[in-house]
Amino acid sequence: MKKILSIISFIFLISSDSLALIEVDITRGNLDPLPIAVSPLHVDIKSEDFKGLKIKDLGMNISEIIEKNFRSTGLFNPLKKEAFVQKPDIAHLKPRFEDWRLIKAQALVTGKLLIKDEKLKVEFRLWDLTAAQEMTALAFTTTPSNWRRVAHIISDKIYERLTGEDGYFDTRIIYVAESGPKNERVKKLAIMDQDGFNTKYLTLGNELVLTPRFNPTNQMVTYMSYFRNMPRVYLLDIETGTQEVVGNFPGMTFAPRFSPDGKKIIMSFAKDGNSDIFTMDLETRVVERITEHSSIDTSPSFSPDGKFIAFNSDRSGLQQIYVMRSDGSNVKRITFGKGIYGTPVWSPRGDLIAFTKMHKGRFYIGVMRTDGKGERLLTENYYQEAPSWSPNGRVLVFYRETKAGEKGEGFSAKLWSIDITGYNERKLSTKTDASDPSWSSLLSK
Amino acid sequence: MTLKTNLKNIVLVIFTTLILSACSTAKKSGDIDGDVYTGKETVEYLASGVPDRVFFATNKSSLTTSSRATLRKQATFLRKNKNLNVTIEGHADERGTREYNLALGERRANAARDYLMTYGISGKRISVISYGKEKPVNPKSSPISWSQNRRSVTVKVN
Repeated sequence: MKKILSIISFIFLISSDSLALIEVDITRGNLDPLPIAVSPLHVDIKSEDFKGLKIKDLGMNISEIIEKNFRSTGLFNPLKKEAFVQKPDIAHLKPRFEDWRLIKAQALVTGKLLIKDEKLKVEFRLWDLTAAQEMTALAFTTTPSNWRRVAHIISDKIYERLTGEDGYFDTRIIYVAESGPKNERVKKLAIMDQDGFNTKYLTLGNELVLTPRFNPTNQMVTYMSYFRNMPRVYLLDIETGTQEVVGNFPGMTFAPRFSPDGKKIIMSFAKDGNSDIFTMDLETRVVERITEHSSIDTSPSFSPDGKFIAFNSDRSGLQQIYVMRSDGSNVKRITFGKGIYGTPVWSPRGDLIAFTKMHKGRFYIGVMRTDGKGERLLTENYYQEAPSWSPNGRVLVFYRETKAGEKGEGFSAKLWSIDITGYNERKLSTKTDASDPSWSSLLSK
Repeated sequence: MTLKTNLKNIVLVIFTTLILSACSTAKKSGDIDGDVYTGKETVEYLASGVPDRVFFATNKSSLTTSSRATLRKQATFLRKNKNLNVTIEGHADERGTREYNLALGERRANAARDYLMTYGISGKRISVISYGKEKPVNPKSSPISWSQNRRSVTVKVN
């Protein structure tokens, strides 16, 4: 009986347009992004000033960050504020839906904020203008200096409500900041908010550093460093700044990543011309050999359930992608297409593997199912590699390099992102040249 | 029929011209065999007549005849200078993924090390380090500079 009831109500919902709440389909390229109005948040006049922060501007600033986040998804079209028809405080109480519909908005975000007792109190509402009702509302309190994060968290909540999937705005990206001529590149670890703000450098650039990757809680980073000319995998605690070499290997270790539970680091160890894959348990320090083959085995990446490992090997002659059980058994080659394949990275949803493909002098970023079938190439260029997944598995960030002239001029390295639909390719804003990006998980989860 | 033969001849002529011009450009732009660099442009010397580096084909770590000749000269030089230790740096070109290139550089450096050892140089005197594609000797994006960057370089330590 209950079942019948729910079926009836479901039919009722989809047959009645006016009552169906808006929804954004993110599983395909969106050529018709949802028009959304983001009203400036109303700032309470009683708000006290706070340590040089212009509280009066915060309402506008937060709404602009939300707009920028939305625009970057390619799924939403934030409307120009000049056309807005209601004051923020009145709209936040209850918008006049028909007025907002006149400017062709389908969704509206309103909010207000207040600083009291050195705390920033924010609330926001998301309105469905077609159905003329509130879709979601939330209030929270934080330290005022966190105001950019507030904007990202609101963006995530709205994205979640409209797409049915987790957002990815309250996240950070760790990468390698690059400067200097191509043959004497200075490289530093850098971390920034997903939208390019709050850049911090974690190393000074005295030694070469490569391939930083977050642990699942985003507090630790594993990366490779040439400290004292000994290329080794390191572990860095972002909060305390302490770092240590991972393991005691008599040779180069590289290509590190965390296991999905964060307890192990998986990496390659090279000795006597042969690279194999090892793990080290961070608590017990036990080192385990995972592959034993005379070929190069590298770029290992765990599946999110920890049961499988995708990796790169040239055991067939050239670089291809293989999948094995996490104990190293049952090795299967999964790439058989034209060209050579590298840098497999398992999607956080578990359904896809992202990779770099090289074919006829061009470089591609693509995705395929975990059995190697259903290959889709998302972007082609002169040089690009190292995809890293957004936490919801919908977007990839990677780096791209340009061709260099006689003396290395014209060379640059930048971070780019693209949806796994193949649409919405974007250059990320970084303070310097950048490579080897790694996307964090949601900070507020 | 005659038209076909004629066309064939034309194609053949064009083809031969292409090959000839390709040869002349390769020579002009500085010595490359297959895609292994054979020139002297970036080469430095451990001692007079002892080149410090050997070059590799794309994605390969096998030593060519001329690489082996160079390494035998290095071996002779190292036998004469018994107190000298060396590091062999392995490098790759920029046309490959970073992590794979680190492994490839290590394999190339070890190919050179193994060869020196077969000529009687103790492995204790030879350390290796891979820089992958991180330290190109020629920053240009061109086949010639890539061939110069696919190298192992023997460097004196003391």
